[in-house]
Amino acid sequence: MAEQLSVFIDNRPGRLNAVTGILRDQQINIRAMTIADHRDFGVAKLLVSDPALAQQALAEHGFAVALQPVLAVAIEDRPGGLHDLLEILAAHQINVLDAYGFVVAPSRQAIWCMTIADLAEATRLMTEQGLRVLKDRDLYAL
Amino acid sequence: MNVPAWNPAVEFMEREALEQRQLAQLRQTVAQALKTPFYQRRLAAVGLTDSKDIASLGDLRHLPYTTKDDLREAYPYGMLAVNLEQAVRLHTSSGTTGTPTVVYHTRRDLDGWTELVARCIVATGATAHDVFQNMTNYGLFTGGLGLHYGAERVGMLVIPASSGNTSRQIQLMRNFRTTVVHATPSYLLHLHAALTLEGVGLDQLRLQKAFIGAEPHSEQTRCKIEDLFQIKAYNSYGLSEMNGPGVAFECVYQTGLHLWEDAYLLEIIDPRSLQPCAEEENGEIVLTTLQRQATPLLRYRTRDLSHLVGGHCRCGRSHRRLARIKGRSDDMLIINGVNIFPSQIEEVLMKVPEVSTNYLIQVEKRGAMDRLAVKTEIDARLFTGNPRALDDLRERISELLRSAILVKPAVELHEPGSLPVSEGKAKRVVDLRPVF
Repeated sequence: MAEQLSVFIDNRPGRLNAVTGILRDQQINIRAMTIADHRDFGVAKLLVSDPALAQQALAEHGFAVALQPVLAVAIEDRPGGLHDLLEILAAHQINVLDAYGFVVAPSRQAIWCMTIADLAEATRLMTEQGLRVLKDRDLYAL
Repeated sequence: MNVPAWNPAVEFMEREALEQRQLAQLRQTVAQALKTPFYQRRLAAVGLTDSKDIASLGDLRHLPYTTKDDLREAYPYGMLAVNLEQAVRLHTSSGTTGTPTVVYHTRRDLDGWTELVARCIVATGATAHDVFQNMTNYGLFTGGLGLHYGAERVGMLVIPASSGNTSRQIQLMRNFRTTVVHATPSYLLHLHAALTLEGVGLDQLRLQKAFIGAEPHSEQTRCKIEDLFQIKAYNSYGLSEMNGPGVAFECVYQTGLHLWEDAYLLEIIDPRSLQPCAEEENGEIVLTTLQRQATPLLRYRTRDLSHLVGGHCRCGRSHRRLARIKGRSDDMLIINGVNIFPSQIEEVLMKVPEVSTNYLIQVEKRGAMDRLAVKTEIDARLFTGNPRALDDLRERISELLRSAILVKPAVELHEPGSLPVSEGKAKRVVDLRPVF
């Protein structure tokens, strides 16, 4: 199971780059990142090359940070690729709480990351349907 | 000029006669206070056990001060001087912390309060011919019921509109041709903006006067209200411990607020040395009730800062005038007319484990109204990464604060360590409202 790093960040200039600076200093690579705006703060979600080290480094600098499992599924980078995946979830009444995607250009693959209440069930379903569920190390081998 | 007055015999009473009356009333008040557990102890400590020991008004100086904390500690019955069956109403107000303060009234107390408010109303030239729309909150807040009963006694047609719901306020003003309103100055500015927005011109209203109070305001704010509505605005001063509105009010000359000295003994002291201020020097207002039965208060420190206006008012009233309130000698904030202490906010935050006790209170003007923001830090150990939980947390804190301070603040969550720490003399209140 892939792990996603969530970081609480004040919504003001100079805070986001404080996070990226800490990751750079630890030689941690960012594969994907998204930020949700919550007015006075934002929550950044990151897929990084070493989630545990990133968590530790950010926490040492006083950041509120958490690791959460996410369902990262490899899909084909073509029209309808994401739709095929979502059809499966819909058919099984599985709700997606939060999601983002990115494309890994050289391999013509796309990765779709989802927060889902029952991860085990969703993972089983994906595998059953022949889709590839990625672990942390897979994400960087792409 | 014939000056309008509700009770000319008292309002124009010679100083000597007024002071004689004050002395007799002070003795009665001390006798009344000695019936309460709180004052029995407090006065015994200075050797006073009999009201006859008060020989002159100067003896007041030997009595101890009473503070808001005293009221809190005596809550709920420690300062009650009558049997409960004689009390017919109570009003509570928020204390500096979670414990509120309470003032009880007998039927005679309410009658006295109503009389004082009637005097205030008539002093501005308002009469039984006026239609009075009371735009302040009814209920525990004293501004609603206080003005209500006074206006009824004067014989005005009273519309108990209470606060808020601006569209309905405008409709009532138009339908019933309201001539006099009572509101906070910031609400009147807000009301004017709403009138403009709804396309209601002043020619569709019959407004002539406004009574403005419950929050300190500048002469410029008064002038602005008078100018915007083309009316006269009269400054009102009161506090819940002293009944509420009706303590001091401007007359038609608008040169300071006449304080009803047959009902309140006035002192102005230096809040640091606690010594009396020189004539016309700025200081803290200290008041002693002279007519109250149920909750007599001796030398109550109001924490409001003002000074006496020298000379005689052209209206001829012998009751001296206070200058408009300049601020507070404590950290109390007044947000849209509601009194708030930072300690009340701190107390609520302490009960929420997901946030630290570091906080910052920020007050600013949003349009005509005050906006209160409470900034707090999340506790890194309890961060789960779920943004929705943070939204819920923010809403929960906001609701907890609303029920504690009666104002719903905008709660902000911030990174750990980004706000001033809870120990020491950190600056926790940032008031960005224009000063006057």
